[in-house]
Amino acid sequence: MITCLGDALYPQVGVAAVKVMEALGVEVDFPPSQVCCGQPAFNSGYREEARAAARAYLKAFAVSEHVVSISGSCAAMVRRHYPVLFEGLTEEAEARALAARTWEFSQFLTDVMDVTELPVRHKARVTFHHSCHTRRLLGVVEQPERLLGMVEGLEYVPLPRAEECCGFGGTFAVKMPVISSSLVDDKVDHVLETGADELLGLDMSCLMNIGGRLSRRGAGVRVRHLAEVLAEGWGR
Amino acid sequence: MRRRSRPPAADTPRARFDAVARATVADRPLHEWLDNYQAVQQGWHRWAHDDLGDAEEWRDAVAAVRRHTLAHLDRYLAEFAANVERAGGHVFFAADAEEAREYVADVARRKGVRRVVKAKSMVSEEIGLDAALAATGAEVTETDLGAYIAQLAGERPYHITGPAVHMRLPRIREILSRAAGEDLPEEPDALAASARRTLRDRFLTADLGVSGANFGVASTGTVVLVTNEGNGRMTTTLPPTHVVVMGMERLVPDWRSLEPLLVMLPRAGTGERLTTYVSAITGPRREGDADGPEELHVVIVDNGRSRILGTKYQAVLQCIRCGSCADFCPVYRTMGGHAYDSVYTGPIGAVLAPLLDGSEGREHLPFASTLCGACDDACPARVPLSDLLLELRADVVAGPSPDANAAPSTVPASGSGSSSAAEPRWWALGFKGFAAVATRRRLWDAALCVASGLRPILRSARGCDPGRCAASRLEPGASGRSRLLRAPGVVRAWTDARDLPLPAPASFARLWRRRPRAGSPASSSPARRGR
Ligand code: SF4
Repeated sequence: MITCLGDALYPQVGVAAVKVMEALGVEVDFPPSQVCCGQPAFNSGYREEARAAARAYLKAFAVSEHVVSISGSCAAMVRRHYPVLFEGLTEEAEARALAARTWEFSQFLTDVMDVTELPVRHKARVTFHHSCHTRRLLGVVEQPERLLGMVEGLEYVPLPRAEECCGFGGTFAVKMPVISSSLVDDKVDHVLETGADELLGLDMSCLMNIGGRLSRRGAGVRVRHLAEVLAEGWGR
Repeated sequence: MRRRSRPPAADTPRARFDAVARATVADRPLHEWLDNYQAVQQGWHRWAHDDLGDAEEWRDAVAAVRRHTLAHLDRYLAEFAANVERAGGHVFFAADAEEAREYVADVARRKGVRRVVKAKSMVSEEIGLDAALAATGAEVTETDLGAYIAQLAGERPYHITGPAVHMRLPRIREILSRAAGEDLPEEPDALAASARRTLRDRFLTADLGVSGANFGVASTGTVVLVTNEGNGRMTTTLPPTHVVVMGMERLVPDWRSLEPLLVMLPRAGTGERLTTYVSAITGPRREGDADGPEELHVVIVDNGRSRILGTKYQAVLQCIRCGSCADFCPVYRTMGGHAYDSVYTGPIGAVLAPLLDGSEGREHLPFASTLCGACDDACPARVPLSDLLLELRADVVAGPSPDANAAPSTVPASGSGSSSAAEPRWWALGFKGFAAVATRRRLWDAALCVASGLRPILRSARGCDPGRCAASRLEPGASGRSRLLRAPGVVRAWTDARDLPLPAPASFARLWRRRPRAGSPASSSPARRGR
């Protein structure tokens, strides 16, 4: 599951995730009819439009054994909200089944693939943003930290106030930009406090927000998906 | 191109919301103050929950009591009312704010009341009781210190449990000095002492005490108050008449079911194991009682609540008004409590304010959330705040609907014009377009093609003066990728504060199509291969 944002803006994240999973022996397929899980519409109150997008997803992944998403919030959309979205409709069982086999990338590596070590070297001081939906809707918190711990040379500095939102919130960012910008400024302050060279995460939407503010403030922190670091340092 | 197709009129609730939010964001000392306030509250909250052992079990217990009560609310209301009357109290069911106000004002007139003392009550704020009492000629004094300060300042409560949390010492000194008619030192103890002197006099001379009710115990007709300052006891025992104003959902079946609520309310609300006072009031003064009012009235307020019952919004009535959701809400902290323009602030306000009577024009509140879920984690009663916000958004977008399950009053009244609608039409159009593209890969690919085709055009706009040029501005990003510094239309709301990456030269799908295949067709079965 490459997600609309990952397809259009961050193709390198999908490429990296594929590389890592293939190196772990996973046969990866990209059903080309997928576009977007419907989350932007769902969170903005457009249920019909969200259902349309979600239907396309049900079709796209109908035969996939596992669905791995490079975005925590998109995985959460499928896992948590698809059953609600299709409640009482003919697709309900299908939606529940897809929800049960949809995983966020780090969750798939640790909980499904049982990865306990990685042949990855990456020399950097990194901090990590636990996106809210990844943390609260998926309960994925220590999985990425475990993966970070497997990377040789990596120095992990936890982010202060890590459980706090970066202020993105989908259309919230442009519907209430004043509030959103203030929140991301707070987040950027915390990132800078860590003195990290890189900010990693599992959701490019939040990272686009924090990264966009970091670069606007002229900060040199590199912002990347965890998969990119794993792919880049693989076998080094 | 205009930034907004339809700028909100000057004095709509939405315009006020924007103004308050902008002012709060711009006020850096206030920002830091609220930031610190939340950090401290969150610390105590966590301590008080860790202290419990398994806080989740207690939350389950609270939610179970609340859900059960709501499921049988009619029965418990009848039982509660009968028991209040049996104990010698009067009960009045008020269908709306006006009925409640009228009843209490009537009591005040009948008793010739000149001085009213009030112990903090959200419902009395909700129904606008103070003004109604003032109209009878009575002088009304809030006796909770925070509420007293807010009243003197002429402000709405900023927070459910801390009406004046946003005020810093110099401002409080100024307000209390003016009230006391003397120059008080900027010293918390001295300021509290001054307020105490004034309030003591009011307690001793009041003819009417008005309180809320944290809980009403149906099995005995008892009103339970949870307070810290002792003002609750003074208000409910000293004046000869006591009026309780309570929301109709505040009941618990019996004393046993009260336990988890008493355990969790102070822990969630203020991060303490127990409040200083827990008062239980059953009826007026009886023969041989040392104190207590001669007359007790319990006003049970509906004001939109019964219309929420039985709908998908019922869970909002599980709330026990602890204020903890606001203590964890980053949006509350950032835009400030007054942005809600309601007595109910924080995430619970964003859900409840648009649902209650008399809150028309609050359709934007459910959108004032990032849906981060911090409130869901903080709530002792398991009110599914994020899910309710999502439901409200869907109802606002759907507009007026005959669906009985739709939001009772969020939907804009027909013919009310566009300024009260939270949802400009172009969003609806945008999401129509979204659905078309999201269901057709070819269309999406074509859109991406156009977008990457625009790259050189966008790039050529680089160098135009950002101060004057409304069009796009670009600069190479840190990683060599171009980033958008300025863009027209809705994108500008993003680029005002943040850079935006441009679409990649080739989408993932394109890269995938080009990728060398190791013999297997793209449609190969996605079964996992062993290592
Ligand atoms: S919704 Fe929950 S957290 Fe918020 S005030 Fe009510 S009980 Fe407290």
